[in-house]
Amino acid sequence: MLRVDEAQAPVEFSPALISKFDDIVSRYPQGKQKSALLPILHLVQAEFGWVSPNAMDKVAEYLHIQHIEVYEVASFYSMYFLRPQGKFVLEVCRTGPCCLVGAEKIMDYIEEKLGVKEGEVTTDGLFSWRGVECLAACGFGPVLQIGPEYTFYENLTPGSVDTLIAELKAKGHN
Amino acid sequence: MARKLLLEHINVSGINTFDVYRSKGGYASVEKALKTMSPDDVVEEVKKSGLRGRGGAGFPTGMKWSFLAKPEGVARYLVCNADESEPGTFKDRYLMTYLPHLLIEGMIVSSFALGAKTSYIYVRGEMMPQIRILERAIAEAKNAGFLGKNILGTGYDLELYVQPGGGAYICGEETALLESLEGKRGNPRIKPPFPAIAGLYGCPTVVNNVESIAAVVPIINEGGDEYTKIGIGRSTGTKLISAGGNIKNPGVFEIELGLPVEEFLYSDEYCGGIANGKRLKAVVAGGSSVPILPANLFLKTINNEPRLMSYESLADGGFVSGTMMGSGGFIAFDEDQCIVRNTWNFTRFYHHESCGQCSPCREGTGWMEKVLHRLEHGHGKMSDMDLLVDVSKKIEGNTICPLGDAAAWPVASAIRHFRDEFEWHVTNPSEATSRNYGLAHYADPLPKKEEPVA
Repeated sequence: MLRVDEAQAPVEFSPALISKFDDIVSRYPQGKQKSALLPILHLVQAEFGWVSPNAMDKVAEYLHIQHIEVYEVASFYSMYFLRPQGKFVLEVCRTGPCCLVGAEKIMDYIEEKLGVKEGEVTTDGLFSWRGVECLAACGFGPVLQIGPEYTFYENLTPGSVDTLIAELKAKGHN
Repeated sequence: MARKLLLEHINVSGINTFDVYRSKGGYASVEKALKTMSPDDVVEEVKKSGLRGRGGAGFPTGMKWSFLAKPEGVARYLVCNADESEPGTFKDRYLMTYLPHLLIEGMIVSSFALGAKTSYIYVRGEMMPQIRILERAIAEAKNAGFLGKNILGTGYDLELYVQPGGGAYICGEETALLESLEGKRGNPRIKPPFPAIAGLYGCPTVVNNVESIAAVVPIINEGGDEYTKIGIGRSTGTKLISAGGNIKNPGVFEIELGLPVEEFLYSDEYCGGIANGKRLKAVVAGGSSVPILPANLFLKTINNEPRLMSYESLADGGFVSGTMMGSGGFIAFDEDQCIVRNTWNFTRFYHHESCGQCSPCREGTGWMEKVLHRLEHGHGKMSDMDLLVDVSKKIEGNTICPLGDAAAWPVASAIRHFRDEFEWHVTNPSEATSRNYGLAHYADPLPKKEEPVA
């Protein structure tokens, strides 16, 4: 369940963000602006770290569509976070080919290292992690990605996970 | 050396930039097509080439194009399917990362052939780095006059956009992809009408895989007849294979169709053999949804003929003893891998990715996942194998889109070929997760075919 203060967090789209929305809408024929929904939700998530109910309502108003049309899309696609996450979300591929080369051990290691279970946020608010389905990098597993840029980290080992987490910590505290 | 039609210049430094790509002969097919050919000529060349869709279904691309309805005054669309998410497949990511201009060149020629004025490349959302690469490449091409209004002074206009998905395997199904591109949930549409009649925004639309679009470039440059000289039978041209799992050299390889699988798997030019001195146990040849084969049946057909990397040879034996080319996602399993665990893993994937529209798929994938989970963890029953086959049969063919089939085939084939390993999980519950059944007899030579009695 979302906490009340999270659910009601006020959302304001900056003029810079709105102009990005406008640019996306211009890609589609007149009247087909709903096509911009997925790209716009990505921009919203990049800006706020998740897609909150208020943000979804605002997107609906911007696109002149019903609120439910945004909710049903945001809840269908796995990339949109419908609740707040850590600043860095480590998304580890858990599908077959990556498991053949040790993805399960890497997930166990990340869980132990961060001290939180899948989907939980560390107390400093910096990290959460989850297993995700095939990331189409099966030759270079185990792999993980970190949004909003979706940078890829391939051929993971406990050592490379240590380095990555240390780097992110340094970045996160700045 | 095998001929490379797509990856010829992959190692040229800066090939991802317009100038270097152009200096290597890039965009020649756009000049040739727009200046010397009619759209129908382009379609005809692609038909002649015998190119088959590289996304997995293997339907002839030229034929798909010729189905496109062309009513007066209605827009037509070309949409590139770059929603690569079939487990084992990573060739399109590779192509877009290193050769973005090859895809854009192919999109221009293909859009011209179909009479599309606006085209979209639908890229899975997780591939944000590739989306940035493509957007930069599109800007470069536009700057050089290959996109936009009046391309190369020929009067042909084309706008090309990149659309991110949201993380859903189902959007690789073409009608789900179109729904998603329209800003909706990725629920596949009931066909007919096919996209060629009513696709994006209800307009005639062609959806093609990244590699299919890229292959149009050499086909136009060298001619469809030339393309058919590569390959074997109805498997013409070259194919990108993304090879992963327990092999020495994982990566993307361009092969001439018809290459013996043994050479592909063991030669240093390709996979380089099994890693860490282990032996091959099983192979998934074309992405997670195609039937898994034990090593012996993979290397040789049931008639003891060497198997080839071609649509026909991989399918030799049907689902009894063959598999499919699929998307070219090649996954090798060494002797330490557990088939039950892997089947459970794949089924969890399909359960997670089922859109939920059709109950056989929505419920059936979940049941199969539960049964496989209990088998893998030592709580299974002997009757579970038949139960799984029964559920898989009731999903297969009973859903709007092929995701149901894709979920059913890996389970049915794993039980068909590895039933003893499933049974071992039931009879040895305490060892089910701690020890592996091992290589067993799966790599042994096939039993000699009995000579018919005269």
